[in-house]
Amino acid sequence: MSPTRTSSAHRAHFWAGVKDTFPLLVGALPFGLIYGALGIASGLSPAATAAMSLVVFAGSAQFIAVSLVAANTPALVIALTTLVVNARHMLYSATLAPQLKGLSTRWLVPLGFWLTDESFVVAAKGFEERATLEERKWYLLGSELAMYTNWLLATGLGILAGQAIEDPASWGLDFALVVTFIGMLVPMVKGKPELLAVLVAGVTAVLVHGLPHRAGLLLAAVLGILAGVLAERAWPRPKAEQK
Amino acid sequence: MNEAWLLAGMALATMATRIPVLIALSRRTLPAGVERALRYVPPAVLAAIILPIVVLREGELHLAADNATLWASAAAVLIAWRTKNLLLTIVLGMLVFLLLRAVF
Repeated sequence: MSPTRTSSAHRAHFWAGVKDTFPLLVGALPFGLIYGALGIASGLSPAATAAMSLVVFAGSAQFIAVSLVAANTPALVIALTTLVVNARHMLYSATLAPQLKGLSTRWLVPLGFWLTDESFVVAAKGFEERATLEERKWYLLGSELAMYTNWLLATGLGILAGQAIEDPASWGLDFALVVTFIGMLVPMVKGKPELLAVLVAGVTAVLVHGLPHRAGLLLAAVLGILAGVLAERAWPRPKAEQK
Repeated sequence: MNEAWLLAGMALATMATRIPVLIALSRRTLPAGVERALRYVPPAVLAAIILPIVVLREGELHLAADNATLWASAAAVLIAWRTKNLLLTIVLGMLVFLLLRAVF
């Protein structure tokens, strides 16, 4: 294959990743706007509010961080909270790693750095249609850079708006995140095992929401996964459905 | 608050959850059972994130008729299920939510 053909194939997978991520950008944009506005309201400088999106790039952790900043929490405690809130990313990494087997560290480090809830879900689906490492890495990179660009843009706008608006959270734009995640979740429920995993994880999360630093999220996810696995044993999938 | 320490600490904490596992597990083959279990990660995590936001208000169960988030979420589930279209779900779901909020 000539170099030009290779690079145009790369480009096609990169842009497919961008395209499949597009709806999620719509949902993340208001979320980023509110983050930017809340950052300013918490007392962080505009530069630090923007820099957090640049070097941390983790929506829910950033939200929690600015609320802790507003409550005068020490930086070390905020960093440890970030670790717990983001612990779910270890599950994402573990899920994607076998599908990226053999990829160089030079690729894995940036792909890991930019891995968010949204790009993880996009990749989990998109990788089903992409068998090779080449296709997968460009596809994931496209999705991640789309999310990153969108997040930085939204943060910037939010910082500008934050200097003008009183109570950004009261606008109800935070519902954008919920509706986005619902739109991602519903098509995943392809059978009884998934439905059970969803119900167990969701109900557990509600029951244990009082645990500090959202540790309940992890517990709920693990129980949901367990429920799915057990259900799969009880109701084995018909051969045609197996993936 | 030293902002540089805050940013460095949060960046390190986030990278610690995203990069090492990705590198370590891409070097070996996981047992088939583990890989099967990992397929349930996306639905389980999303459900665990969403449901508390939808049914709780200030830490208390809130299933009242004036919970716009709850009813708009129910509408979004229905729209997502019938259309399988993410963008349409987001746009229509937001619309339902804003309408309900205007009413309540």
